[in-house]
Amino acid sequence: MVPLSFYLVLSGILFACGVTGFLIKRNIITVFMSIELMLNGVNLSFVAFAAQWHALSGQVFVFFVMVVAAAESAVGLAIIIAVYRTRETLNVDRVNLLKL
Amino acid sequence: MLHLIVFSVFGLVCVAGAVNLLVQRHPINSALSLVVVMGSLAVEYLLLGAEFVAAVQVIVYAGAIMVLFVFVIMLLNAGEEERTKGSRVAMLFGIPGMLIGSVLVAWVLLEHSGTGNVAVGALPGPPKVIGWLLFHDFLLPFEVTSVLVLIAIMGAVVLASHPGSTQQDKREG
Repeated sequence: MVPLSFYLVLSGILFACGVTGFLIKRNIITVFMSIELMLNGVNLSFVAFAAQWHALSGQVFVFFVMVVAAAESAVGLAIIIAVYRTRETLNVDRVNLLKL
Repeated sequence: MLHLIVFSVFGLVCVAGAVNLLVQRHPINSALSLVVVMGSLAVEYLLLGAEFVAAVQVIVYAGAIMVLFVFVIMLLNAGEEERTKGSRVAMLFGIPGMLIGSVLVAWVLLEHSGTGNVAVGALPGPPKVIGWLLFHDFLLPFEVTSVLVLIAIMGAVVLASHPGSTQQDKREG
C-alpha cells in the first residue's frame, strides 16, 4: 500500500520541474518539452485520483489529455520549424518580435 | 512493501529524468531524458492498475510524440543552447519562494490529506471498459477530439509547408 499523497507529491515534482524548465530554458524545443513534462505530471494525478475515488472517468480524461498533447505538439513543432525558417535561431531571447 | 519499493524506484528514475532534462544543455539529451520520464510514468500507471493508459503512454508519448521531437531536433540541427543571464529579482525571490511553496504543499499533502492508501492495481482500466466509456458516456467529446486532430493535421501541414512552394509547384507543373 502506497499513500495517495506520494503519487500527488511525485506529480507535483514533475509539474514543478516542467514550470522551472519553461522559465529557465532558452532553447525553444526544450521549452516545448517542459510543457509536455507538465502535462505528464497532471496525468499522473488524474490516474491517482481515479484509483482513489474508483472513477474510471479519470483515466478517460488522461486519454483526452494525451490526444490534446499530441495535437498540440504537432502544431507546436510546425510553428517551431516556421520560426526557425524566418529567424534562423532557436533561442527564445532572439524571437522577441511578432513581425520581422 | 514491494509496492512501495517499485513505486520509489521508478519515482526516483522519473524525478532524475526530469531534473536531467533541466540540467542538460543539448536538446537531444533533454529529449532522451524525457523518454525516461515517460517510460517510468507508464510503470507508475501500471502500479495504479491503469493498463490502457500505460500502453497509450508508451505508444503515443514515448513513441510518437518523442519521435516527432527528435525528428525536429535533427531537422533543425539544434546545437547547444546559449545560456543568458536571468533577472536577479527572479533569483532572489523566485527560488526561495518556490522552495517554501513546494515544502508547504508537500507537507499539507503528506500530513493533512487524509486520503488514505492506494493498493496495487487499485482501479483496473482495461481497454474494453475504457472503450465502452468512450463510446457511451464520452461520445461527444470523443467525436469533437477527432475534429481537433483533423484541424491539428491541417494546421501542421500549412505551418510547416515552405512559403511560396505552392506557387512554385504550379509554375513548374
